Amino acid sequence: MRLRFAKLGKVRFTSHRDVARMWERALRRSRLPMAYSQGFAPHPLVSFGLALPTGCESLGEYLDVRLDEPRHGETPVAELPGVLSLLLPEGIDVEAAAFVPEAEGSLQQEVASCDWVLEVLGVPDEELQERVEQVLSAPTLKVRRQRKGRQVEDDIRPAIRTLVVTEPRGHLRAELATHPRGVRPADLVAALGTGAVPGWAQRTHQWIERDGARFEPLTVSGPVTATAATQHARSTFLNVRNGSQPVPGGAPAGRGRGR
Amino acid sequence: MVTQTTAETETLWPRIERLLPGVSKPARYIGGELGAQYPEHGPGRVAWLLVYPDTYEIGLPNQGLQILYEILNERTNAVAERAYAPWVDMEAAMRAAGVPLFSVEQHLPAGAFDVVAFNLSAELVYTNVLNLIDLAGIPLHASARGGADALVVAGGHCAFNPEPLADYVDAFVLGDGEEAVGEINDVLAGWLGAGEGRPGEPEARDRGEVLRALARLEGVYVPSLYAPAYAEGRLVSTTPVDPSAPAAVTKRTVADLADWPYPARPLVPLTEVVHDRLNVEVFRGCTRGCRFCQAGMITRPVRERPADQVRAMVRQGLEWSGQDEVALTSLSTADFSGIEDTVRDIVDDPDLGGRVSVSLPSLRVDAFTVGTAAEIQKVRRTGLTFAPEGGTWRMRRVINKLITEEDLYGAVDAAFSQGWRRVKLYFLIGLPTERDEDVLGIAELGARCVEIGRRSHKSVTVVASVGGFVPKAHTPFQWFGQDTAPELERKVALLRAEARGTKGLVIRWHDPSASVAEALASRGDRRMGAVIERVWRAGGTFQEWSERFDLALWTDALAAEGLSLDEVCHRTRDEYEALPWDHISAGLHRDFLWGDWQDALAGAEAEAVEDCRWTPCYDCGACTGFGLEHVVASPVPPAGGSQGTGQDLHDGGRVPVQLVGRAG
Repeated sequence: MRLRFAKLGKVRFTSHRDVARMWERALRRSRLPMAYSQGFAPHPLVSFGLALPTGCESLGEYLDVRLDEPRHGETPVAELPGVLSLLLPEGIDVEAAAFVPEAEGSLQQEVASCDWVLEVLGVPDEELQERVEQVLSAPTLKVRRQRKGRQVEDDIRPAIRTLVVTEPRGHLRAELATHPRGVRPADLVAALGTGAVPGWAQRTHQWIERDGARFEPLTVSGPVTATAATQHARSTFLNVRNGSQPVPGGAPAGRGRGR
Repeated sequence: MVTQTTAETETLWPRIERLLPGVSKPARYIGGELGAQYPEHGPGRVAWLLVYPDTYEIGLPNQGLQILYEILNERTNAVAERAYAPWVDMEAAMRAAGVPLFSVEQHLPAGAFDVVAFNLSAELVYTNVLNLIDLAGIPLHASARGGADALVVAGGHCAFNPEPLADYVDAFVLGDGEEAVGEINDVLAGWLGAGEGRPGEPEARDRGEVLRALARLEGVYVPSLYAPAYAEGRLVSTTPVDPSAPAAVTKRTVADLADWPYPARPLVPLTEVVHDRLNVEVFRGCTRGCRFCQAGMITRPVRERPADQVRAMVRQGLEWSGQDEVALTSLSTADFSGIEDTVRDIVDDPDLGGRVSVSLPSLRVDAFTVGTAAEIQKVRRTGLTFAPEGGTWRMRRVINKLITEEDLYGAVDAAFSQGWRRVKLYFLIGLPTERDEDVLGIAELGARCVEIGRRSHKSVTVVASVGGFVPKAHTPFQWFGQDTAPELERKVALLRAEARGTKGLVIRWHDPSASVAEALASRGDRRMGAVIERVWRAGGTFQEWSERFDLALWTDALAAEGLSLDEVCHRTRDEYEALPWDHISAGLHRDFLWGDWQDALAGAEAEAVEDCRWTPCYDCGACTGFGLEHVVASPVPPAGGSQGTGQDLHDGGRVPVQLVGRAG
């Protein structure tokens, strides 16, 4: 079974591993009939998609969960997003759940590119367009990165599929390829030259490409827009200040606002 | 918040959010745990900021803090949030941006709270305590605080020698906090409420008035109402200077843990912490009588939680948290009188899906206990840990850790034969009467354990972890002069050389100079405060982190204050010397401690102090002083584990025990 979720607000500062642990606990609490690995230390068969860098938000993250003898009629798939959202921390909102064919490849393999909206600090507004054009016209873009504890230099230019200045001020929209090596928003901002500092960043879509078509691993019914989700994240704090007490699931009343 | 303006209660989150991309482990600062509470502050509610003076991942699992958090938030006249020490990078960012210490729930500034309460679980955090008081925007010295400043309180095991922090903390709470915290809250609510609407408040509030009221509460020590006296550079007495202050302050003891099934909604963090599991406290106190162990001495008598309540807390806690591991916590957990049935019920509970691991973090050293551990740990951990503490039987007699070699080898054999390949042994060095042969005995025990392991596996690892002994207040060893750092280093080198030839035996050791600094903070009198302050001002925060620890900071500060390591740490005291904690009582008779200290010095002939739950009373004072008795969950002592005391407990149940009726 495939699940799609958003990661918004304060919880964006948790790591990929942290999110994996949140899911394991939530799935146990949900009492879904999880399948476990065989062996000395059985663990639930859960696989996560592409890691989201710590500090970034997302409107579309994915995980695949294998259920024990799933009898499709008996698992309340339609209710799962609501139930799981209540069991997950504030800011992790489950948007969709569906059974996917076993034959499909792993999320990490299949996703070819991601859309991002990102904020660039330290570059005057009037210069931003020019810097973007420089990036796009450059034949190669060397960026220094840490990989496995070592400093390496990568050419990130081939992975930049689109890059445009967008609203609000100081924001870019980008489509970045994930193969052979993913580009993080911070790498892209570094390529914008002197003074550019990464600000807020949000992954808005992940794309699978097959037979010339492009689609999301799981689509959400109903509009999810960056603006609405951002409003949700920004209102997170207000929910708390309004004095709403968390329900036993740990999620404050009024969550999902702005969607 | 009773009187502060609303401007001070606005969240700092937008400012904090900007700092987080630039710091390590930003999830430390976001809160959002399952079980976190978002209380509404307001008039008539005393606002508490509960602070653990170390990093989030170390502080979050702290049970004492979680218990008080729930108890306070259940009250109609209190609200409580939590804070932890920001790591060095975050602190620098906060100071640069003018962001004060904040709560992790609503990210309110420390200034929005009436009380800033510290958990003191280790002495080396004292410099962090000063740093956090400063970061909270509270005047560092208690004497400089006015009616508008938050009250600084502290509790936890280290409060049993409160003197090193006496100039910085307004009030200490000794012993169990469950009842005391409510009483303190009511005193504060009255004091803060009385100031409502009066002109000039809160500055005009009389801080002395509330401190005197607190001093009248049982178990609350207000250091500013006591004065130490010195003669020839040495403490001679600490006496009250105000009629509201008793000559000695005695700890609080909760008679029955059954009345306090907390935490009921344990905090489940969003990020990794040191103990990522459910913790259920099964008893408080310990009657093993290990002479070096402060925790065992100051938490007497033993109060076991009813087994049914343990089972209920485990079931509810796991359902609540979604965790798959529960630790039954206490000192010497296998001594819980209902241990076998209780763990088996948890493991076999069909509601828990049969996938739950139970761990007993404090294992007794015997084969029986290992058998239980093997049975209940669904997920086999990397290793098992035992604490023989002393390398020879003579040494173990001295410290009253009565484990025979037979007990240890039986336990180790059981561990290896039941699948473990790695066993860890804890030892102390620098113990009273210690000779080199006792230190070398550690290598010998270790080598023998490796040999035993080879019977079961081709390759095994035995890790002998060696710590330098720090004499602690309210123990029989409180008079003992600690080994110097060079002497401890010599002993470590001796041991390493001896162990070098043994494949599979690994010696690990703690930095001896850190043990010496710990002794400074745990044995010092009120003059030690200025030393701690100097270390803090020189940048010495997070001193319990080896990469941040620097003994030179401490020795420089000592010299500047006219004190020395020899005077404070390495000198053995005589019977009549005033101790800095003489006016603090953990219920233990000084005569008992001195007598036990003298017994210890008798070495191999030292009289054994047996587990007094199952033997006649040694009259240490802990039960009789509080009109209590040990409370046990079952009249049947746990099987196994003679621990060399000569008590035959192998079959269990033969020792006649009278069950004490539960209060209420």
